[in-house]
Amino acid sequence: MAFMTFDMKRNPQQARISLLALLALMIIFPMIAQHFGNSWVRIMDMALLYIMLALGLNVVVGFAGLLDLGYIAFYAIGAYTAGLLASPQFAAVIESFVNTYPDVGNFLVWLYGPQIVQNGIHLSLWLIVPISGVLAAIFGALLGAPTLKLRGDYLAIVTLGFGEIIRIFMNNLNAPVNITNGPQGINLIDPIRVFGVSLAGEPGSGSMVKVFGMSLPSVNAYYYLFLVLCIFVIFFSVRLQDSRLGRAWVAIREDEIAAKAMGINTRNVKLLAFAMGASFGGVAGAMFGAFQGFVSPESFSLTESIAVLAMVVLGGIGHIPGVVLGGVILAALPEVLRHVVEPLQMAIFGRVWIDAEVLRQLLYGLAMVVIMLTRPAGLWPSPRHEDRPEVDHTKVGTTGEVKA
Amino acid sequence: MTQTLLKIRDVSKRFGGLQALNGVGITIERGQIYGLIGPNGAGKTTFFNVITGLYQPDTGSFELDGKPYSPSAPHEVAKAGIARTFQNIRLFGEMTVLENVMVGCHVRTKQNVFGAVFRHKAARDEEAAIRAKSQQLLDFVGIGQFAKRTARHLSYGDQRRLEIARALATDPQLLALDEPAAGMNATEKLGLRELLVKIQAEGKTILLIEHDVKLMMGLCNRITVLDYGKPIAEGVPADVQKNPAVIEAYLGAGH
Repeated sequence: MAFMTFDMKRNPQQARISLLALLALMIIFPMIAQHFGNSWVRIMDMALLYIMLALGLNVVVGFAGLLDLGYIAFYAIGAYTAGLLASPQFAAVIESFVNTYPDVGNFLVWLYGPQIVQNGIHLSLWLIVPISGVLAAIFGALLGAPTLKLRGDYLAIVTLGFGEIIRIFMNNLNAPVNITNGPQGINLIDPIRVFGVSLAGEPGSGSMVKVFGMSLPSVNAYYYLFLVLCIFVIFFSVRLQDSRLGRAWVAIREDEIAAKAMGINTRNVKLLAFAMGASFGGVAGAMFGAFQGFVSPESFSLTESIAVLAMVVLGGIGHIPGVVLGGVILAALPEVLRHVVEPLQMAIFGRVWIDAEVLRQLLYGLAMVVIMLTRPAGLWPSPRHEDRPEVDHTKVGTTGEVKA
Repeated sequence: MTQTLLKIRDVSKRFGGLQALNGVGITIERGQIYGLIGPNGAGKTTFFNVITGLYQPDTGSFELDGKPYSPSAPHEVAKAGIARTFQNIRLFGEMTVLENVMVGCHVRTKQNVFGAVFRHKAARDEEAAIRAKSQQLLDFVGIGQFAKRTARHLSYGDQRRLEIARALATDPQLLALDEPAAGMNATEKLGLRELLVKIQAEGKTILLIEHDVKLMMGLCNRITVLDYGKPIAEGVPADVQKNPAVIEAYLGAGH
């Protein structure tokens, strides 16, 4: 891929052109894809959300080197924030309080007023995004705090535990008072409204959104919103990486004791990593909730945490373009497979030998194994800014010379 | 600025059944090169770890520049003004040589998330200053031309110099070096000696653990000798060299 590079340090001119070309491609993609049906754009919508998640996890795992196996908890927190603050659910919450704890319930009724008691809270996008980001960041720090003295495997297991705890909480917070509506989840979440235009389209228009005199399908509208958010997240990641804080994170990853000896307050810096990474996940989660209109605990299982981690590792741990690539491949590919593989088997064999879901899991596992064996640094690792090429000491010739 | 830079008294540290340090103290005057020698296992690195906050001592009083300091956390110690290097080099291997030194500047700078993301004037100026200072330090220790190289690809001697540059980046009052000449040949040791004299000429105070006695005798203003966690001699190199307890414990025949 010599013509396309994103390495700003080595070749800024080429990198800028490549970025612009990619941006142009991303902008026209929905216009082309919609001729083949809505599903391709919908796949990219989900892929963009996963890219945001992968970038958030990359801050924790890639930059700071903290192995987090429970990252999906922050996705859940963002999604349930949207669920509680942009749907009728809050009305059900208050009603539940009134039924079980009348004193608290009546206080809440007095506090929130009849409008909210009737209809729930319906905040706009501009509030939901920062609130979910900040709330997820707080939880990131909270969940990170007990892990500060842990390393490696122990850190992984504890974070895995926390991920599960959040999911189980969401699953069970429907008694004694109903906050999250338990296994049934929260539905009727408001679609995103940007400047008064609902991204789910006007009712009766067949999910078409009217903006600037044009009308585009709802999935396309969400696509552009998610693309903008994704660009923001990439921007934040790049800026963080190349800063005093980014260096502190990498220092902790490389050698925590030396980092401490150089005056880095590792406790605070690690908490910042958890908080920043979590905030990206929270924002993505809120968008997920609004996009899907429905959240339930099943979407936030351990498998999802591992899927996001796989995207980071497969793509190129710590390298932002690599992480984006990993996100696209592992989010879009299974869906693409599902669309392609079953009709293909029907066409060739006359029957479906392998389910798309089974094939997806097979290929996932196979991909991880192959990557770990052949390219452990990921598909697209950080480029070496080396002014002296790596000398391969295994290439010893017959004369005993080592060839560079 | 007092004349006595570091005053440590009565440090003890026990690891289970092993009394690693027993009533160790040193006094270092500003601008000195102070040596700490002793056989392997005498407790020199343990003492370093205690005064820089890696280990918590059982007893001890610690005073830097006339003010008591609590060696409770390594980053606090760095902030107070003691920077150290490690016996087995601890570099940030995957970062470039320049970035390693830039990390050293962390403790004296303050831009955080806001500055990182928005890169306002103050943040950009600070970054430029960090970069300039780091390159300057690399030139000072003699590896300026390797600024863009990945740290773990440096030769051993250059890695030691990089560690010293990184420690200097924290603007310390006391530079504590743990066996900086280990693994070096005679020429490299001469180069290191020159560098240390250069650092002393800049006004820094150096505390040095080393095994190369000839190097120590020629370089240090004063020396403390440890053996089995206890100080057995203290004084100018010439006196320490003649001390029978020291000869018996460490220097051996032929010195």
